[in-house]
Amino acid sequence: MNFYILLFSLLLAVNDVTAQPKVFTKTGTISFKSKTALENIEAVNNKVLSVWDMASGTIEFSLLIKGFEFDRALMQEHFNENYMESDKYPKAVFKGVVENSKNVLLTSNNNYNLKVSGALTMHGVTKQINLPVTIKIKNGEANAMASFSIIPQDYNIKIPGLVADKINKKIDVLINVPAYKILATK
Amino acid sequence: MKKVLLLILLSTAVHFTYAQDTSLLKDIEETLPVSEKVTGAFKSTRVINAHSVEMLSKRNLDFRILHRFGFVSDGIKQLFGLDAASMRMSFDYGITDNFTVGIGRSTFRKELDAFVKTRLLQQTKGTKEIPLSIVIAAGYTVHTEEYFDGKKPTVADRSAYYIQLVAGRKFNSKFSMQLSPIFVHTNVPFVITDDRKIFAMGGGARYKVSKRTALTLDYHHPFGELADNYTDPLSIGVDIETGGHVFQLHFSNATGMNERAYITQTTGNFFKGDMRLGFNLSRMFKVGKKRA
Repeated sequence: MNFYILLFSLLLAVNDVTAQPKVFTKTGTISFKSKTALENIEAVNNKVLSVWDMASGTIEFSLLIKGFEFDRALMQEHFNENYMESDKYPKAVFKGVVENSKNVLLTSNNNYNLKVSGALTMHGVTKQINLPVTIKIKNGEANAMASFSIIPQDYNIKIPGLVADKINKKIDVLINVPAYKILATK
Repeated sequence: MKKVLLLILLSTAVHFTYAQDTSLLKDIEETLPVSEKVTGAFKSTRVINAHSVEMLSKRNLDFRILHRFGFVSDGIKQLFGLDAASMRMSFDYGITDNFTVGIGRSTFRKELDAFVKTRLLQQTKGTKEIPLSIVIAAGYTVHTEEYFDGKKPTVADRSAYYIQLVAGRKFNSKFSMQLSPIFVHTNVPFVITDDRKIFAMGGGARYKVSKRTALTLDYHHPFGELADNYTDPLSIGVDIETGGHVFQLHFSNATGMNERAYITQTTGNFFKGDMRLGFNLSRMFKVGKKRA
C-alpha cells in the first residue's frame, strides 16, 4: 500500500513540476486597418476567445466576424454582407503552436519574443501563417501581442474594381490579449 | 502483476486527459451566449416608398434624393415621362440605434413632412430566438400649395398625419418580407369627397440577386372611399449598392413620396403602362466623433 501512495504522489509531483497551466481569455482584441489616400477603414473585435496550453504550446483563437465594430455602420454591414459573408462563414479560427512555449514561466516577470505558426481559417479558406509574438509576464498574467498582414484575395475575399482604390492590398492585423487567465476547468 | 496493471491503468488515465483536447476552445465557447441580431433585412430604411424594418445606426445621417418621372405611357413626345420630374429631398438621422427622425420636402403639392421611427422588436437568432423585427413610424405632413379659389387654408387644413407599423422578417440571406399596415388622416383631402381617414395594408419584399444588388417590391392597398382615379401604389425596383450609396431604381405608379401622398393620391394603372421611372439615392454620413 505504501508503494502505491509513493507512486501516486510521485506521479502527482512530476505532473506539478512539468505541467504548465492552460490559460485562456474571452476578451482578447483583434483589430485591422486599411489605409489608402481615399479612405481609412478600421475595425475592432474585443470579444476574441483564445486558449493556450503552455505545456504543449498549442494555441487557438476564435472570433465572430460579426463582432468587428466599425465606426461607420454602413461599412460594418458591407463588411459582413459583401466581403466576409458572415452568415455563411460566421467565425475566423486560428490553430497553431507557440515555439518554446515551455520556457515561458508565469512565476516571474519577464518578456519573451517567440514565434507562432499555424493555420488561419476564415471565409472558408485555410492558410498557413507564421508570426512573431511578444509575451510579457507581469504578476502571474501573460499579455500577448502580435501583428501580421493578410491579403484579402488569399482568403477568396473579392474586392470589386469600383472600390479597389479604397481598400489597401494588404490589411494590417493587430492582436492583443491583455491578460491570459488560468483555465480553472479541465 | 497487480502493481503493473495499476501502473498501466494510471498512465493511460493520464494520457487520456491529454488526448481528449482536440479543440482547446470547446469548453469556453460553450459558456458564451450565442444569440445574435439578424441584420440587413433591407438595404435601406425604405423599401421603395414605404418605411422598411431597417433603422439608421446612431449618429448616421441619411441624405436622400428621390425622383419620380412622368408616366412611361405618355409616350415619345414626353420622352416616356422623362420630361416631367417630381422630387423629394430628405434628411434622416439616427439619434440612437433604435430611434430615427427625419424631415423632407416634396415638389408634389410643395409638401413638407417629418417623422419619428422606433424599433420595438429586433429579429435575433440563436439561443434566444425572435422571429421578426417590428418598427413603428409616425409622421406629419403639411402642404404649402397655393389655393386659387381665394380662400386661404389654415395650417390645420393643410395638415395630415400617419402612423405605420412595420413587421418584417429576413427569411434567409437573400429573401426578406414585411407587412406594413398604415393609418393616414388627412384634415382636408385634395378631393373633398375622399375619406379623411384611410387605412391601408401594405407589403414589401426584397430578393438579393447578388451581393450588391437586390430586387424590391412595395405595394399598398388603401381601404376606404377615394376618388375613382386613385389607385393602389405599386413599385418594383432594384437596389444597387456602391460603397457609401444605395441607389434604388424602380418603376412605380406613385408620384408622391411621402406617406400621405402615395397612399391617398396615387393615380394610374401600373399594368397599363402608367408607371414612372424613379430613383432614390441614399448617401450615408457619419456625424460626430468616432465611437469610443
